[in-house]
Amino acid sequence: MAPKQRTRNPELIPGVRKVSRSAMYHKRGLWAIKAKNGGKFPHHEKAVAAAPVAEKPPKFYPADDIKKPLSNTRKAKPTKLRASITPGTVLIILSGRFKGKRVVFLKQLSSGLLLVTGPYKINGVPLRRVNQAYVIGTSTKVDLSGVNVEKFDDKYFAKQVEKKKEKTEAGFFKGQEEEKNSLPTEKKDDQKTVDAALLKTLETVPELKAYLGARFSLKAGMKPHELVF
Amino acid sequence: MPFKRYVEIGRVALVNYGKDYGRLVVIVDVIDQNRALVDSPDMVRGQMNFKRLSLTDIKIDIKRVPNKKTLIAAMEAADVKGKWEKSSWGRKLIVQKRRAALNDFDRFKLMLAKIKKAGVVRQELAKLKKEIAV
Repeated sequence: MAPKQRTRNPELIPGVRKVSRSAMYHKRGLWAIKAKNGGKFPHHEKAVAAAPVAEKPPKFYPADDIKKPLSNTRKAKPTKLRASITPGTVLIILSGRFKGKRVVFLKQLSSGLLLVTGPYKINGVPLRRVNQAYVIGTSTKVDLSGVNVEKFDDKYFAKQVEKKKEKTEAGFFKGQEEEKNSLPTEKKDDQKTVDAALLKTLETVPELKAYLGARFSLKAGMKPHELVF
Repeated sequence: MPFKRYVEIGRVALVNYGKDYGRLVVIVDVIDQNRALVDSPDMVRGQMNFKRLSLTDIKIDIKRVPNKKTLIAAMEAADVKGKWEKSSWGRKLIVQKRRAALNDFDRFKLMLAKIKKAGVVRQELAKLKKEIAV
């Protein structure tokens, strides 16, 4: 840090400064600036502001004044990732449909959620988003060098917006039958490509595939606060 | 019923309570009825209550309150570390430490190994049983 600047006019006691007004004028060298500028202070011409466009008076004024909410310029930062969770870590999912499953962590998305995959062939967990709070990070790491996850982001996982269907009686019942949505083949192919690269590295470590295929559960005598994950 | 492990100068003990839990120390002097002066190669010499010490079978040959160099030399000569790690008590503690440090993946591999071993044992047992039956 730069050393504290020397003040020209220290405050002796609150409200009383050391140097008088005229002495300060001399100390600051304002006389020299004036002399350099021919007896006057240097002066900038004010920039001419563009003439305001004539606005039409509004047709409607509300009966009571509506309060404008205060402006908020706060930008939320992405969730801080726990130090134990790095790309390639094996995570244990703690709640939801896949509770107890051991999955491979791929990357953190911009929303803060973790992108995770089973791989699907091993334990049925597809490319999925998972919240950091519902996850235990183990110390087992997998090499992710052959896996490309650049294309996945939160938009990829957004719900598909369907076109509005007609509301006729016949169409109503028919619509209900066709409710089952199947995954678009594009997503299935994405899953396959990511998993293919991942499975190659998984096979190099003995028993890792079986490990990922098994669910985690607490057995008798296991104390979570004493367990090393 | 007589006592076998005595509190004496040179007796190696295991600390079973407090900041130095699990450390092997040597009794270098007795202060009074309850306390001993205790020393170890990687610790500052200090007093400890006998209640915090569990006496072991190991004893080294030292005079009252030796300096650190002499103490370390005596411990090397008696091979305290080796004797401790070979003793069943020492081995138990090492196994406990290793089990506590197991990773989730390690525990899984351990489970698979146990199942495999049990399978092999059961096969041999079945063979032996068949021989008896015949």
